[in-house]
Amino acid sequence: MKARVHVMLKNGVLDPQGEAVRHALGAMGFDKVEGVRQGKVIDLDLAAGATEADVTEMCEKLLANTVIESYSIEMQ
Amino acid sequence: MKAAVVVFPGSNCDRDLAVAFERAGFDVSMVWHKDSVLPEGIDIVGVPGGFSYGDYLRCGAIAAQSPICQAVVEHANRGGYAMGVCNGFQILTETGVLPGALLRNAGLKYICRTVDLEVATADSVFTQGYAKGDVIGIPIAHHDGNYFADVETIAALKDQDRIAFTYGQNPNGSIDDIAGILSENRRVLGMMPHPERAADEGHGGTDGTAVFRALAGIVAAA
Repeated sequence: MKARVHVMLKNGVLDPQGEAVRHALGAMGFDKVEGVRQGKVIDLDLAAGATEADVTEMCEKLLANTVIESYSIEMQ
Repeated sequence: MKAAVVVFPGSNCDRDLAVAFERAGFDVSMVWHKDSVLPEGIDIVGVPGGFSYGDYLRCGAIAAQSPICQAVVEHANRGGYAMGVCNGFQILTETGVLPGALLRNAGLKYICRTVDLEVATADSVFTQGYAKGDVIGIPIAHHDGNYFADVETIAALKDQDRIAFTYGQNPNGSIDDIAGILSENRRVLGMMPHPERAADEGHGGTDGTAVFRALAGIVAAA
């Protein structure tokens, strides 16, 4: 069983790395990019019986810092 | 007077912090991250700078879950004194002992230089050796020192006079130039600049010694 966790900076939190990527794309001539946000993808291999609630607890306690980040979980 | 300095894999300012405490008159114990209790009778715990656990996941995130950090949190919750410098500040925010978070520097660069700090409050055991408004030269050395907290938290920090230090010229994008903050009970300090690296003539300045001397004075008098 697998889970994929996406962690992104919350809206309203400045993402300097995303901004740098946006600038770089603009400089390369990709002129249709209006914004870039950079996040993380964390894949978990889970033992049988693990639930989405378990992964939520992992996100709350470690995988995301909910002061600045939001997360979403895909159970696969 | 007893101080403990926590050592994580990747800490690199632990010995500097220990020397600064020693020179102020503390007996210092180094405490390994796998320990689950602090030594008996500790007056203050120092959480040092460095790159604990390689800064993996987020700076300070994994250190915050280490056994010793649970003991540090309990010590702080009991009203004990603690200070976190640089990575130590990041760790204390990750544990929730201090509010907010440290983001990547706005300019994306690692910055290592001495900066002017303004003492924003003298009302704490850490800052009472200065006068409010004093400008001191203290080194910074960080990639993720851009202090962020939500509007309500920033308002609370201001209302409660809990901003300890601000940058003269904001190097990293921190909200309201915040360089260091205090806990609600004013007994926990977190700051990105390194007072322990401005504590000897050989460092090029001694503006940081007042932090450790003031703390020693309070602890000795208690």
